[in-house]
Amino acid sequence: MSIVDKGKEAAQGIAQSVMKKAVELAPGALLPGGRPDPLIRRQHGHIGKPVSRVDGPLKVRGAAPFAAEIALDGMVYAALAYSTIAKGRIVTLDTGAAEAAPGVVLVMTHRNAPRLNPPPRFLSGDKAAAGDDSPVMQDDRVRWNGEPIALVLAETQEQADHARSLIRVTYAEEPAATSLPTADGCEVGTFMGEPLRAVVGDADAAFAAAPHKVEAVYTTPGHNHNALEPHGATLVWRGDELFIHDATQAVAHTAWSMAQIFDLEEAQVHVSSPFVGGGFGAKGLWQHQILAAAAARLAGRPVRIALSREGVYRIVGGRSPTEQRVALGADADGRLTAIIHRGVTPKTRHSPMPEPFILPTQSAYAAKTFALEVQTCYLDMVANTFMRAPGEAVGTVALECAMDELAEQLGMDPVELRILNEPEKDPLSGRPFSSRNIVAAYRAGAQRFGWERRNPVPRSRREGDWLVGMGCATATYPYHRMPGGAARITLDAAGHARIDVAAHEMGMGTATTHTQVAADRLGLPLEAVTVRYGDSSLPGVILAGGSQQTASVGLSVMMAHQELVGELLKLAGNDSPLAGLGADEVECADAGLRKLDEPGRFESYASILARSGRSELVVEGSAPMPLETMHWSMHSHGAMFCEVRVNAITGETRVSRFLGSFDCGRILNPKTAASQFRGGIIMGLGLALMEETQFDGRNGRIMNRNLSDYHLPVHLDVPEIEVIWTDIPDPHAPMGARGIGEIGITGTGAAVANAIHNATGRRVREFPITLDKLL
Amino acid sequence: MMPFTYTQAADADAAVRLAGGQQAGARYLGGGTNLVDLIRETIERPTALVDVTGLSDGITETDGGGLLIGAAVRNTALAEHRLVRSRYPMLARAILAGASPQIRNMATVAGNILQRTRCAYFYDQAGSRCNKREPGQGCDAIDGFNRMHAILGASPSCVATHPSDMCVALAALDATVHLTGTQGERRLPFADLHRLPGDEPDRDTVLQPGDLITAVELPALPTAARSAYRKVRDRSSYAFALVSVAAALAVENGTVTDVRLALGGVAHKPWRASKAEQALRGQPATEAAFQAAAAAELAEATPLRDNAFKVELAQRVIVAVLGELAESGLAGDGA
Ligand SMILES: Cc1cc2nc3c(=O)[nH]c(=O)nc-3n(C[C@H](O)[C@H](O)[C@H](O)COP(=O)(O)OP(=O)(O)OC[C@H]3O[C@@H](n4cnc5c(N)ncnc54)[C@H](O)[C@@H]3O)c2cc1C
Ligand code: SF4
Repeated sequence: MSIVDKGKEAAQGIAQSVMKKAVELAPGALLPGGRPDPLIRRQHGHIGKPVSRVDGPLKVRGAAPFAAEIALDGMVYAALAYSTIAKGRIVTLDTGAAEAAPGVVLVMTHRNAPRLNPPPRFLSGDKAAAGDDSPVMQDDRVRWNGEPIALVLAETQEQADHARSLIRVTYAEEPAATSLPTADGCEVGTFMGEPLRAVVGDADAAFAAAPHKVEAVYTTPGHNHNALEPHGATLVWRGDELFIHDATQAVAHTAWSMAQIFDLEEAQVHVSSPFVGGGFGAKGLWQHQILAAAAARLAGRPVRIALSREGVYRIVGGRSPTEQRVALGADADGRLTAIIHRGVTPKTRHSPMPEPFILPTQSAYAAKTFALEVQTCYLDMVANTFMRAPGEAVGTVALECAMDELAEQLGMDPVELRILNEPEKDPLSGRPFSSRNIVAAYRAGAQRFGWERRNPVPRSRREGDWLVGMGCATATYPYHRMPGGAARITLDAAGHARIDVAAHEMGMGTATTHTQVAADRLGLPLEAVTVRYGDSSLPGVILAGGSQQTASVGLSVMMAHQELVGELLKLAGNDSPLAGLGADEVECADAGLRKLDEPGRFESYASILARSGRSELVVEGSAPMPLETMHWSMHSHGAMFCEVRVNAITGETRVSRFLGSFDCGRILNPKTAASQFRGGIIMGLGLALMEETQFDGRNGRIMNRNLSDYHLPVHLDVPEIEVIWTDIPDPHAPMGARGIGEIGITGTGAAVANAIHNATGRRVREFPITLDKLL
Repeated sequence: MMPFTYTQAADADAAVRLAGGQQAGARYLGGGTNLVDLIRETIERPTALVDVTGLSDGITETDGGGLLIGAAVRNTALAEHRLVRSRYPMLARAILAGASPQIRNMATVAGNILQRTRCAYFYDQAGSRCNKREPGQGCDAIDGFNRMHAILGASPSCVATHPSDMCVALAALDATVHLTGTQGERRLPFADLHRLPGDEPDRDTVLQPGDLITAVELPALPTAARSAYRKVRDRSSYAFALVSVAAALAVENGTVTDVRLALGGVAHKPWRASKAEQALRGQPATEAAFQAAAAAELAEATPLRDNAFKVELAQRVIVAVLGELAESGLAGDGA
């Protein structure tokens, strides 16, 4: 059989063979003995360039359509009524006035809602998307304060809102668990199927025997999600097919999950989400999409549901509060002998995970003994969920403040204490690190920040009424890559490539960086590459979460690219300058293939396709299982430096300078990366100083459900934030990049708290650090 | 949102005729930055809105050397006015310390004065009890989140605070409010406009239904040319005051000859600190005297679960602001 014949055969069989081949090829790329991603070596391409966002002009012009802006013919508007008790039964639900109100098309309650299967809880299956698996308007029970009890559809949003206000309800209340003392049971929490517990040696005994030790309890409050774009969806049934314009970080998961809920085939649900106005872990499947789809079916009309800011607080979960006890024991030199990190956090019985605050402690420092544990207690509240760096964001607050307290006790510089305790291999799993350059990040950051100017004696620098101090902390976030990645490349005769991948652009720069990466991989100019994403019809089950989307997409495209090269060589055949070459003898460059060590042997894509009479070539690749994390301990790090000014009279804190020095592998686009880092740090400033959900323990109601009462940093709270990075590629990650979306928020809270201590001499361990705690 | 009618009033009399007549459900509409929110939250359910932004938006000097400020003057215009900045700097600063530029561009003087409390339980029509919203229902704030609430002049029926910054300055400046009502025109000292909650927390002010604010008058007050406004809050901007202090101080030969002091964020009304003023007049302008004056004002403070810090904070900020006015050489010389 000639190569051409083989090519034809392969082209026919692409769909079947892709999966198998991808798995065979995979180990070579990221696993022991394998060849790292060749793009890591490429220094002069698009990767690493500060390319501006490809979707920037659309967004600036207001021309990027968001989910709740799509207009469908005959569309009606939804409004939700929420429960006002935490637990009990609905006794009366009077919807008469609402039904009679002008413009009302439908009032849906548990009495007339269609029967629905429970939403598949996130992590309970490959494509499960729901943040909460409670039944959705299926009975008269109330499970949390704020649960939807009725949905109104009307011709205008105002009519729907008005009618909603006319609904009258009475309840039979039942005792609810709305504070830790009233919790409905506690147990060791689990995360991704693993118990949140780790024991090495006898940490309590080692701690007791340690010559130096610190022990303290740190508390962090609940946090609510406040993405700029509140959750929303516009959807329509066409026959038995459901089309959802959603704001989601999981298109494929949502399509599958909605199919389960509505007893459909996965292919009958189409989810499109090209633009998402911020996700941070919250833009999954919640009740609003389900209720809107159910109501659309009942009413036979397309529906737009746009949650109000209050709506987001009522039905979309946030980060749970934590109470963490950290005890560190050290020998005379400052080497850790015991790390104890235990604590408690509430959760609902319907949410996917408890806030896993011990995660950062698992690989942060070398120590002889460890005792880590998350106790989770069940409350009746809106299902808690993922929020930027779940675990690490608040876990580093406790761990890194404790390290600062230990440094103070030892009389050591906090940077040096951390460097002294740098582990050689993962302290719990014993695995080697894939790439760990935190020491370099600390050295570079300290120098750039002027750390040597810090006076270790607290309260020693005053400018007028302002006490000035500096603090540092370590940021850390793991490399993740979830199974399910896949991508398709369509190369046309004009030499233009389109990448199709079910990924998400939530403002991070996904579309931009993957255009760059694909252009380098294919040897094309940026203009010759288009990335299509944000639609469940595209290949891949890719979550924009866990800072893993870049790795997942990157590897999927890499696998598809291997297919593409193989196919092109087959198509090129014997008449090409490339004749007889194998895939690993060529590279993609100048819009074609050329022999690695003999640049003269080159043929352009256009020429190959033209000679073989093809208008385009379509290949698909799937990412193999993420076995790299079985071989290596893979984590990103950052050294965070903060300078604060605390008003000696009022206790007001102003962060005056901040620097993050990161070690996250290769930085693909410094512009979008800096923005991610800074965004995370700003969120961390909020966590440190002001963010707090006011969850009223008397009735489980969230009281500060708007942006006036729930404080996020405003511009004036945000100083100039400098970000630098090592840019050392991780040989075991696709493109050498480990993911950067979440790390910025980690370590930040502790850096601020430690700076406040340096400024004032006060250790505030109860977050947020509001001014009353510094009076 | 309830259906309602909307009318623009050409002048004060027309406004009172339209609203005061008195369909109980009519409300005057200023910039709408508070009222429209309250309507959306179904706390206000007007049947008619009478837009009064067409009333006077002028700022004119009075014969006595004071200023007459039309009710429809926007907050931004007032804060930027040359005479306000030079003669009553505390007022300009108070306004600029409030809300955001966008809101200040919309907000009117009368609307700012009559804005309602930001108590979260008051806003939670659906899920919380509130005597201000529904007299007799109970107050969920007293044993709930009350960091933002009152430490002075509260009652067992309501512990809310008045949220305005501008009003703290107006209280310190001895302003007068011009009103038109169904019975004709009248004037009211600004200090008497807002009420303490007592057992009628639903009444924020002494105004009668249909009463329209037409203007606010500031007296000539040379002391105020050297005045300050300091607002302490939970973030640098765009947050309501935990404690704020408006102060003017005149010192001659080391002795306090005149002082104007008002506090925000501490009570159901802008709080004129008369006790502190009384304690200070004729006293040496020293930190000890400022401390004693502040303590005299705060002696009767009764903090709640979450706001005990406000007593200490108010004490400190009063002393600091008076100290700065005295020290900086900016203290008025009484001339
Ligand atoms: C997010 C946010 C933050 C804010 N932060 C601050 C802050 O930090 N400090 C601060 O001081 N304020 C703050 N405000 C409040 C703001 O100052 C007020 O909303 C504004 O001043 C109200 O003015 P308005 O003209 O829009 O009033 P409207 O909303 O139009 O009216 C308010 C009330 O006044 C009545 N009214 C209006 N005109 C008259 C009249 N001529 N006669 C009689 N009654 C009348 C109305 O009927 C209504 O009851 C904030 C507001 C928001 C929304
Ligand atoms: S403090 Fe006043 S406004 Fe707040 S809930 Fe109590 S009665 Fe209502």
